[in-house]
Amino acid sequence: MLPYIAVAAVLFSLGIFGVLTRRNTIGILMSLELMFNAVNINLVAFNKFVWTDALIGQMFAMFIIVVAAAEAVVGLAIVLLLYRNWQGINTDNINIMKW
Amino acid sequence: MDILLNELAGRPVFWIISMIMLVSAFMVVTLKNVFHCAIFLILTLFSVAGLFVMLNAEFLAAAQVLIYVGAISILMIFAIMLSSNFAKDKIRMTSKNAIVVSLPVMFFGLGVIALVVKTIVDIQPLWNRDPADLTALPADNTMMIGKYLMTEYMLPFEVVSVLLLSAMIGAIVLARKERS
Repeated sequence: MLPYIAVAAVLFSLGIFGVLTRRNTIGILMSLELMFNAVNINLVAFNKFVWTDALIGQMFAMFIIVVAAAEAVVGLAIVLLLYRNWQGINTDNINIMKW
Repeated sequence: MDILLNELAGRPVFWIISMIMLVSAFMVVTLKNVFHCAIFLILTLFSVAGLFVMLNAEFLAAAQVLIYVGAISILMIFAIMLSSNFAKDKIRMTSKNAIVVSLPVMFFGLGVIALVVKTIVDIQPLWNRDPADLTALPADNTMMIGKYLMTEYMLPFEVVSVLLLSAMIGAIVLARKERS
């Protein structure tokens, strides 16, 4: 069980690194997907090795996949909107909500 | 060192899949061309599906391939092609404090791994049971998931379908050109 959790932790850290360092909005969304997948691996691994009586972890992972799909759709629509209004999707140009 | 080699020899498939996954995930967060990032993202998601198969979650693996590899990556590539001229993009893709950021992130990752190791060692009686003692996961997990969706998880299932509908409407409203 330990290798699965360790690999998922490394994947999650890579996702955090991507979210913090990318300048491209689509790159940030991709890193978010990496983090979702790390969480899913964790849930399924715990389901297999700790609590095997029911498929609770797998159900939870499936709902996470659905919510991630919805998030990606709305995020990419926002990216297209940004591109239309700012002629570029780099995060350092988009400072309309900066106080 | 011996422990590591034994571990590597003990489950070669797991380590091959996870190395592919981690290397391509690293490519996703570091490459300059965002289109290449999308291709490596597809490889990462495929490897995650492989890990799901190794964890007896065949239905989830199929859903992963259908939804992530089939739909979300295509959506990403669509957005890339609609929003940037990626072929002649020579600008820096990562911000200039990437090296500064990588240190705390590394600390975070190592800390999480250490924490997890400690916790898992502490709760050893919970998971290190005799295999004969542990009830195996149901082999027909597709059927089980279908049953769960129609009985115990009925309400979350309906809520999530409303969420999908509202996400769809929201995306249409956001991406539509405004007519004045």
